[in-house]
Amino acid sequence: MSQKSEKLIDKKGIRLDGRKHDELRSIKVDIGVLSNADGSAYIEQGKNKILAAVFGPREMHPKHLALSERMVLRCRYHMAPFSVQERKSPAPSRREVELSKVIREALEPSIFMEYYPRTGIDVFIEVLQADGSTRCASITAAALALADAGIPMRDLVSACSAGKVDGTIVLDLMDTEDKMGEADVPVALMPNSNVITLLQMDGNLTQEEFEKAISLAVEGCKKVYAIQKEVLKAKYVSVKEAEE
Amino acid sequence: MPTFFETKQLVTPGDLIAEGSYIAGENTYVENDKIYASRIGIVEYDNKKIDVVALKAFYMPRVEDIVIGTVVDVGFNGWTVDINAPYQAILRASDVLSRSFKPQKDELSQVLNIGDLIVAKITAYDRSHDPQITVAEPGLGKITRGQIIKITPTKIPRVIGRKGSMISMIKQETGCQIILGLNGIILITGKTLEDEELAMMAIRKIDEESHISGLTDRITQMLKDNKAKKEENKE
Repeated sequence: MSQKSEKLIDKKGIRLDGRKHDELRSIKVDIGVLSNADGSAYIEQGKNKILAAVFGPREMHPKHLALSERMVLRCRYHMAPFSVQERKSPAPSRREVELSKVIREALEPSIFMEYYPRTGIDVFIEVLQADGSTRCASITAAALALADAGIPMRDLVSACSAGKVDGTIVLDLMDTEDKMGEADVPVALMPNSNVITLLQMDGNLTQEEFEKAISLAVEGCKKVYAIQKEVLKAKYVSVKEAEE
Repeated sequence: MPTFFETKQLVTPGDLIAEGSYIAGENTYVENDKIYASRIGIVEYDNKKIDVVALKAFYMPRVEDIVIGTVVDVGFNGWTVDINAPYQAILRASDVLSRSFKPQKDELSQVLNIGDLIVAKITAYDRSHDPQITVAEPGLGKITRGQIIKITPTKIPRVIGRKGSMISMIKQETGCQIILGLNGIILITGKTLEDEELAMMAIRKIDEESHISGLTDRITQMLKDNKAKKEENKE
């Protein structure tokens, strides 16, 4: 593996897909793509293609899961069988259950959970094509879908990963970098209040490297946030332009 | 005490609107003496009060609101009605049947069945109990004919217009009767299907373009153009 990983970053510091170490992949976002959902968003980050749909707040089913003093947030992260090279079984895997949980916990602090007791919000995330850092792209899309559903939020949630590839700390890992690289640190951030809502690490980093990775990922989150805001505003300005 | 947005500017959740001794109005929240937006919307200042007029929100029940709902369940002594809100409403049988209600005699599903649409008024609601509705008032009750259209509940004031100018204009131009459910559901009954469709078109346009100024003029123009087209076709 170490032999192969030599090639992940060339002598000029350019990565496999032509990016510099602190560059994001191109992000394209669409909001309100699903008319049956209360709120929805579609994100393309590099080769990642992810749909997020939000329903609610609505009455909880089954009813015994409802809480009398707050809302319940449910998340389902799911990868389509065709989202990866080798067919993925459509049944929820161990990894998907885990990601559903961490995504839920990353989104929950941004929502005013106490506003609508006895109700539930459902967030469905469907990965159509996966290419590394899908949990981050999923959180970015889900936060936009929540805002699109008109759910009162403290802040948007922006997410981005950093990691170590060929001994360099890099931003926004893609699939090969994730698999061949030394470490992956996904981070989700509420940019206005500067609160980190997701922080994981897979691999080995020294303390300095870890701190460097976090600060790089936080910078990445802020770039993602700028895109999120732009897209949210564009949705309502576009109607205006069509009229003129 | 600076403010960071001009009036009528678009904000997204988490945007810092103002700092200092302002009053946080609708769709905003305070943290450390700073006022932030909690929904996508347009900023409005009213003296010291800051409101965000939401562009997308769901309906929250309020007592005295007229709503349009769908019966989703027939129970023992009443119905459960979906009123397009986070909570389902309860309609008591004794409220619909003007006489006293006897469970062993009356078959509730013959009065209102699942899928029936009703115009109702909210009589009681707080966050710890489901809203209660009534149909025992003139103008309320089961809907038998017309067209139903769903819009974003926050846009209902736009459909009404200033002192009802918009809605009365649409009613006049199309000759339709329109009942606005404050939960974003609108009932249109007209003489012909075309009239109803025209009114629906106007309301949909309001829903899509309510945040752009000059709305009334555009809607009037659209309705007039349509009328002219119709006359032409007749000739």
